[in-house]
Amino acid sequence: MQTIMAFLIGALFAASIYMMLRRSIVKLVIGLILLSNAANLLIFTVSGLTRGLPPLIPEGAALPEGGWADPLPQALVLTAIVIGFGVLAFAVVLIHRAYEVINEDDLDKMRSTDT
Amino acid sequence: MLLAVLSGFILAALAPWLTRSLQDKAGWVLALLPAGLFVYFLSWVPVVVAEGAQVVAYPWIPGLDISLTMLVDGLSLLFALLISGIGTFIIIYAGGYLHGHEYLPRFYAIMFSFMAAMLGVVLSNNLITLFVFWELTSITSYLLIGFHHEEKESRWYALQGLIVTVGGGLALLAGLIMLALAGGSFELHEILASEELRDYGFYAGMVILILLGTFTKSAQVPFHFWLPNAMAAPTPVSAFLHSATMVKAGVYLMARLNPGIGGTELWLYALGIFGALTMFTGSFMALRSTGLKAVLAYTTVMALGTLTMLIGIGTEQAIIAAMTFLLAHALYKAALFMLAGALDHETGTKDITRLGGLRQLMPITFITACVAALSLAGLPPLFGFIAKELMFEATLQAPLISTFTTVLAVVSAIMIVAMAAVFSLRPFLGPLKETPKKPHEAPLSMLIGPVVLAGLSLVFGLAGFLPATALVGPAVAAVHGAPLDFDLYLWHGINLPLMLSVLAVVAGLLLFWQWDRVLAVYRRMTFIDRFGPERGYEKLMDGLVWLAAWQTRLLQNGYMRNYLLTIVLTTVGLTGWTFFVHTGSSAPLGTIEFAVHEIVVAGLVVLGAIVASVTSSRLGAVATLGMVGFGIALLYVFFSAPDLGTTQIMVETLTVILLVLVLFRLPAFQNLSSAAARLRDAVVALSLGGLMTLLILAVNAVEVTDRISDQLVAWSYPEAHGRNIVNVILVDFRALDTLGEIFVVGLAAIGVYAMIRLRAEDRKK
Amino acid sequence: MSTAMGSLILRTAARFLLPLLLLFSVFVLLRGHDEPGGGFIAGLVGAVGFALYMFAFDAARTKTLLVIPPVVMVGVGLFAATASGILPVFVNLPFFTALWWPVELPGFGEVKFSTPLIFDIGVYLVVLGSVMKIVLALAEAEE
Repeated sequence: MQTIMAFLIGALFAASIYMMLRRSIVKLVIGLILLSNAANLLIFTVSGLTRGLPPLIPEGAALPEGGWADPLPQALVLTAIVIGFGVLAFAVVLIHRAYEVINEDDLDKMRSTDT
Repeated sequence: MLLAVLSGFILAALAPWLTRSLQDKAGWVLALLPAGLFVYFLSWVPVVVAEGAQVVAYPWIPGLDISLTMLVDGLSLLFALLISGIGTFIIIYAGGYLHGHEYLPRFYAIMFSFMAAMLGVVLSNNLITLFVFWELTSITSYLLIGFHHEEKESRWYALQGLIVTVGGGLALLAGLIMLALAGGSFELHEILASEELRDYGFYAGMVILILLGTFTKSAQVPFHFWLPNAMAAPTPVSAFLHSATMVKAGVYLMARLNPGIGGTELWLYALGIFGALTMFTGSFMALRSTGLKAVLAYTTVMALGTLTMLIGIGTEQAIIAAMTFLLAHALYKAALFMLAGALDHETGTKDITRLGGLRQLMPITFITACVAALSLAGLPPLFGFIAKELMFEATLQAPLISTFTTVLAVVSAIMIVAMAAVFSLRPFLGPLKETPKKPHEAPLSMLIGPVVLAGLSLVFGLAGFLPATALVGPAVAAVHGAPLDFDLYLWHGINLPLMLSVLAVVAGLLLFWQWDRVLAVYRRMTFIDRFGPERGYEKLMDGLVWLAAWQTRLLQNGYMRNYLLTIVLTTVGLTGWTFFVHTGSSAPLGTIEFAVHEIVVAGLVVLGAIVASVTSSRLGAVATLGMVGFGIALLYVFFSAPDLGTTQIMVETLTVILLVLVLFRLPAFQNLSSAAARLRDAVVALSLGGLMTLLILAVNAVEVTDRISDQLVAWSYPEAHGRNIVNVILVDFRALDTLGEIFVVGLAAIGVYAMIRLRAEDRKK
Repeated sequence: MSTAMGSLILRTAARFLLPLLLLFSVFVLLRGHDEPGGGFIAGLVGAVGFALYMFAFDAARTKTLLVIPPVVMVGVGLFAATASGILPVFVNLPFFTALWWPVELPGFGEVKFSTPLIFDIGVYLVVLGSVMKIVLALAEAEE
């Protein structure tokens, strides 16, 4: 499954970059969402995939039974998902605000506004 | 000791509030801290005299054996006493000088931060701590020079001072790190005990880098121009920072390192020659100045040059002279600056040529100015005389460069005598001149400092054994590396230094008598302003702005996709190149094994991503994005991450809500790009996607034997009492990370809120 | 928007779902140290509950229901999280050393009260507060 995941993540990255390269500002947002998902999956996958062994210690034991999935990348990805949402919200509102001010959806036409 | 350094920072935080609630008495009350510190440092004097240098250590991160250490010896004590002692009077003085000023609370806050930083510089035993405090003095000094921030000139000069000193600071950091490598430690007392510093392979580079730092800070030629410009600051700042303390940080560091890296020819030539040139430049420029503060600023440049030169000469005689001169200079210069401020404050002008006949109206100022100026001129019976005699003796005995230094020293002394006379006599004698304000004597708060400090110049001159045993002696021992037996007294018999002094006084008084003609000569010498190092600084800054504009035009062309294309193509190019160099063109495919439910979900995710990219409907895009997100959540659950799965589902739900709230208020999808552009983008996107796939495949092929988290898992229940290891990592093992992350989340929310508030305000207009 | 989308079914569902989701979020928060859950997830669950309610009714009503303004929640959360790290410093332990006070509650068994728990509650408040601030601000801008 590692191999399949490698292709899946590649596809997500490709789709996100393609969307971010579009001139329409709404497509940029979609590209951002895909990018953050792709990055999270990347971290999750490269640390190794384990089926059915969540890093939980059963009651009365000191270690999870029969091995465990690496908890560290999970902890990293968990906060990354939440932060990703926060950043997305910020980006979306920023884009919305930019659109309101200059009333233009085409990123190419926004270039003269920041000087 | 630690508290002594940090108390300034603590008081700085409270100062604005205290200043407001204490009103007029603020200066007097706040001065209690530096006064208390002064007494505290005094109590260390007997310890250091009796037992030599002390290293005070505070465990900081005991687990890693890192502690905060401070070095208390004669040199650091001399500086600490000057900083706290003069600081006391400056704080009182500022209360009078800036009385009722709108920004007085802010002034005290920065001033105390500065004082604490300066104490940190002179008491740090660790090079990195020293450097941090060093830069703090630059930053606080920047804020103080630019205190009158509404004035363009103030801001310009503040920035100039900052850029020059911080630029030198960068070189210093490199130099200090080399010093630590050479000495095998970051602790000063260990480095200075090392015998091998002078044989270090990069000795010359290290010394030059350190000197770049100290020369910029201590305003040595050709970096001296920032110091007189720093007079844009209010007078208490000039008196404290730019005469007694901050500019001497460079001198301090050179003196501190002298026993370790001094005594070589490079050291002698660099410090001796640049110091002597600075000494000459300072007095030469002082002679042509007509502003009260400008005169003093240039004499400060002279003093800094003298000190650098003496440290460079490095003989026993020179070190004694340097420490004596340091003390003498601090005493008279702080007094003179405060008097200059008093004159300015009470008459409304700083121009010496517009002042005259004030002896009746400001008698105390007059007498104090005379005493302090006598010390500046180096006349008996003041402490400045002892210092100057010692200086002449040192230059006469200097190895290799004695003629050069002696000639410059005598010429400088002549000009300084003239300026001391100009400063102390011109404003007071002769007929009373019209001034913008009606002059009267300054208040007590503005006179107490100058009177006490000028008085000390007199007392130390008459009773030289006092400073010799308590202050100068231990400092000389620290700078020389071993204690020296000497005494300070006025009368050395009729010898060459005395003859030189007499020559300087006579010639100086002649210059004073003809000062108006001297000024006329100077006025014709316009080349000084046209070709001075300050022009070089301006050219450099212009060049920097030009370079920034040029590269901005080139790189920041305003097209989002150009930035992205640059980033993506650079990544693909560099990473891809490295990848193929190291692993060849074949990536191990690994074994393909999967369960049916997994492949179905994975397929849906890919399908969703593709549809979201090509669909022309926004609703379709949002729906397929949801599919991608929930699919990924399922994948997390399949592969043993229930926490991640739940989080992903929640965030996915919220993302849909967010998109519904905002996205549908934006215009519908449009196809803006040409088919060719879309093809190009698709190729670029696929190249990155392909690269990521290859990278993951390569990582998968690596067998990881021990994972960082194995230890975390083992600790999870016995140590952290938690059975959900992911949560234990988040809230316990890596809680500091998580803390940072929730700050980011909170900030994002505040950012969103701020932008929406902004919009609401726009609408109201 | 609230009227356009707020169908009767949605309103009824929201009214029932909110208390359930809130209860669930507190449950997830408290058991998070031992079972899947924790401050992040619990905060998100709570936020989803309130967001759902906001869709069914309106932003103003949701605000009253929240009682504490979201920004205050974020502030209190950050403070609690930071304080839980500073607390051990007062007993001469390094920053962020976990402290444990197991308490025997009659009829409830042993409760592990600890600085990590305070920290997790801080995380919960920050996440809930932040998300609610974003969602409410957007919805209000809409109206």
